[in-house]
Amino acid sequence: MDTAVLEASLYTVKAIAILDNDGERVVAKYYDDTYPTTKEQKEFEKNLFNKTQRANAEIIMLDGLTCVYRSNVDLFFYVMGASNENELILVSVLNAFYDAISQMLRKNVEKRALMDNLDGVLSIVDEIVDGGVILESDASSIMQRVAIKTDDVPLTEQTVAQVLQTAKDQLKWSLLK
Amino acid sequence: MQYLRRDKKDEEDGSQSNPFQNLDKSAVLQEARTFNETPINPRKCIHILTKILYVLNQGQHLGTTEATEAFFAMTKLFQSKDVMLRRMVYLAIKELANIAEDVIIVTSSLTKDMTGKEEMYRASAIRALCKITDNTMLQGIERYLKQAIVDKNASVSSASLVSALHLMKPNYDVVKRWVNEAQEAVSSDNTMVQYHALGLLYHVKKNDRLAVSKLIFKYTKQSLRSPYAVCMLIRIASKYLDEEPEVADSPVYDFLESCLRHKSEMVIYEAARALVNLKNLKSRDLCPAISVLQLFLSSPRPTLRFAAVRTLNKVAMTQPMSVTTCNLDLENLITDVNRSIATLAITTLLKTGNESSVDRLMKQISSFMSEISDEFKIVVVDAIRSLCLKFPRKHHVMMNFLSSMLRDEGGFDYKKAIVDTIITIIEENSEAKEAGLGHLCEFIEDCEHTVLATRILHLLGREGPRSQNPSKYIRFIYNRVILENAAVRAAAVTSLAKFGAHCDSLCSSILVLLSRCLLDTDDEVRDRATFYVNILKEKEKALSSGYILNGLQVSIVGLERALYAYVKDSTHTAPFDLKTVPLATTPMKDQVVKPGKTAIETPSAPTKASAPVAATRQDVYAEQLAAIPQFSKLGPLFRSSPKPAELTESETEYVVNCVKHVFNDHIVFQFDCTNTLNDQILENVKVEMEPSDSDFEVVCYVPRPSLPYNTPGTTYALIKLPQDASSVTCTFTNTLKFVVKDCDPSSGEPDEEGYEDEYVLEDIDVLVADHVQRVHKTNFLASWDEIGDECEMQDTYALTQMTSLEEAVKQIIEYLGMQPCERSDKVNTDKNSHALLLAGVFRGGHDVLVRARLAFDQGVTMNITVRSDDAVVSEVVLSAVG
Repeated sequence: MDTAVLEASLYTVKAIAILDNDGERVVAKYYDDTYPTTKEQKEFEKNLFNKTQRANAEIIMLDGLTCVYRSNVDLFFYVMGASNENELILVSVLNAFYDAISQMLRKNVEKRALMDNLDGVLSIVDEIVDGGVILESDASSIMQRVAIKTDDVPLTEQTVAQVLQTAKDQLKWSLLK
Repeated sequence: MQYLRRDKKDEEDGSQSNPFQNLDKSAVLQEARTFNETPINPRKCIHILTKILYVLNQGQHLGTTEATEAFFAMTKLFQSKDVMLRRMVYLAIKELANIAEDVIIVTSSLTKDMTGKEEMYRASAIRALCKITDNTMLQGIERYLKQAIVDKNASVSSASLVSALHLMKPNYDVVKRWVNEAQEAVSSDNTMVQYHALGLLYHVKKNDRLAVSKLIFKYTKQSLRSPYAVCMLIRIASKYLDEEPEVADSPVYDFLESCLRHKSEMVIYEAARALVNLKNLKSRDLCPAISVLQLFLSSPRPTLRFAAVRTLNKVAMTQPMSVTTCNLDLENLITDVNRSIATLAITTLLKTGNESSVDRLMKQISSFMSEISDEFKIVVVDAIRSLCLKFPRKHHVMMNFLSSMLRDEGGFDYKKAIVDTIITIIEENSEAKEAGLGHLCEFIEDCEHTVLATRILHLLGREGPRSQNPSKYIRFIYNRVILENAAVRAAAVTSLAKFGAHCDSLCSSILVLLSRCLLDTDDEVRDRATFYVNILKEKEKALSSGYILNGLQVSIVGLERALYAYVKDSTHTAPFDLKTVPLATTPMKDQVVKPGKTAIETPSAPTKASAPVAATRQDVYAEQLAAIPQFSKLGPLFRSSPKPAELTESETEYVVNCVKHVFNDHIVFQFDCTNTLNDQILENVKVEMEPSDSDFEVVCYVPRPSLPYNTPGTTYALIKLPQDASSVTCTFTNTLKFVVKDCDPSSGEPDEEGYEDEYVLEDIDVLVADHVQRVHKTNFLASWDEIGDECEMQDTYALTQMTSLEEAVKQIIEYLGMQPCERSDKVNTDKNSHALLLAGVFRGGHDVLVRARLAFDQGVTMNITVRSDDAVVSEVVLSAVG
């Protein structure tokens, strides 16, 4: 509850995280020394998860941090900032984060799909926030930069079944046209 | 059933199919060898890199050798042209940069990517490169980075701006040279580039106030497109305004005000928040910001409501009247699903509301107290504290609420806030005392925080004996002796002893209890118990009030210094005399109990005693004076006047303040002088004093050799007090004498020749209060009886000019310069009479006690009784009021 005027700085985001529905870390990135060790980070995450798993409230103050969050099926998305940070800026980052992931997973935002595309998730996190500075807050620009082409697995690496499936699909589409 | 089983199976499959479950660090690193295979299999390598990143992200630590090995294996992957793979390589480089050695090996590869044709690589390559680069390398790539800032590709430009910001900490001088490029980037079409460029510009210039003001004026005129950038500009502007004396007329203020009509909510909120946080703003100017926040209160988005109510809550702390317009909307938020919003709404209402709504609001809060975090509980407790001070009649509702909160789970800060609040209420409101002490007793029964327990025990020792039924507290305190750790036991023993010393009827039982502590395992507890048992056995009031109730009244720092001097002086002809130690000065702020700060003294528990004792102002003075040879023989400093008296107007050529230091037979006047003329240097500065009473004798002056422009300097005058102890008051006329030398304002070079000049200062009065030091007596009546009526004096006065008892009490305390005891400085407004109890020590170490009975009937009539161990002292003190 600091009343001091906020120092104008680009360093807005203190941490960004995805937890699963057991409160376990899927991805988490901390941008300053609020929690220097893994142990403290995990403790904070556990605490955060306990406070947020039931109440669907979008925002919470915890340990002197402003945490905004949203959840879907079995995943919780969090963005943390300083206690006197503009909450709406943090929400805009959270929304960009969620929307980008949702686009990548074709709206199928759940843990299993997320794990299968973990490389994409890591790239998205990297493109949204760089060392605490918001890099981009528009989901489609993020997707452009990440350049994930989920479908075009090179032919040589596909299993026979996969190739057959693709062939079948394409045949179906060409027939339907 | 069938479905259920299938679901279960699915779930199991799901967990098995998670490729990253239970990954082992060494196995993953083993897999990294695949990187060396040719041709490179991008898919496989991406998978392995992801695994490495995942392991790191889960918090497993790689050793330097492991990391370096993986890093070098990874460099092979630059041969592949796969975009995804390259991206993962960049990510891995950034992750490993801080662990692995020789990471600069990839500099050339990254530089190639950064300047290459492949747009996809460039931005990420820049960010990775800046992560691994060092000061010397930076010179080499500076040219490319400067170009990249103004690149037409937005992501490249953003990447280089942000990287520049990260690089600024170690390489400020290099980044400073990129200002022109950053300036150009602010006018970029891309909103993020604009934001990053503005941020970088400000970070470079923020220590240069002129440059910042230019920045503000430039960009407030041209409208920025990025909402982030506008938020940034608002913050810069509000910080700038904060240092400005006149706010409302500034064009910067108009900018903030205009942002309230921005189309982005983020900006509107930032502007509203900046406006309400401005220091020098009148409440009328707050209105537009408040009405914007009021609109947010009814937003469907929780974050918006939260942001608005949090800001309004802050405003309510300082200007509750401005927020009352929002009360209706706030009432709606009490039942908000987000408990944080509901709590903030209620506490805001508590601050703005009236007495009748308190009960209802308190009921609302208690219904969800268990669901909110400790931070918010503290907010609620603070709100209750201020409420109790505002509506003292509601104390029973609050007390019950606070005690139920004490019983709940909670961290130390939370519990401390509650205990602080209860103690404040007890101090402010005597009706709440019994109930409050009762709740605190219950709390220490099950309190895991030693600091809080000792503090409460100390309070019980002070307040308990004077309550209606002291015996009921003894059980609680003695339980602590049986159950707690050494620190708490020691505090409990002290507390018990106070009961014994204060209440004769309980003394024998206390002795029994204390004698059980004589065999305690802890030294401190045993020592205390032995000490108290022996004193209480004497059954002498003087002893018990002197050693148990009143405690040590000397300044801790002074005692340390006196003991050190005594030990160093190896002759030891006389025993150490405690009278030579300067008395502890009661800090002035104890008189006014501010909300948020309680007047309770630190408990005398061993945990606290080890904490460093801060030197009071007087201790600092004592040290300064002792360093001056003329004053070294004066003995210990008895009292320094608490506030410097101004002997000049503040806007004159020379500003002089005076502090009086009273010693046993002397007074030292300390004159703090400032020369406000920049074309003069004063030399041989002193203040000549002319006493009105010839018995006061000027012994010597300590002049200040030189007083340059705007550097405060000090000169002293030493006055010998009259032999006759009854003449203590005197008025001095003062003249500032000095030699003026004109000098060049810019160089400060003085002329050779000077001339003498003088300057008349205002008079100084030496009053009775200057000879008296405040001392706190815990048990005033015992001390009163102890001192006896041999040197008692009394008189009755009519104080016609006083309009209230409160005013009279304040004046008397000021005239006598003594410490009010047993909270007798608080006048009950309902009554027409009051008894004021004052204690102090007169110069020379004479205890003085004063009992004044006041009655109010149009004017104030006062009967004052003075007791001391010296008849002259009594007479002098009595004369002070007349």
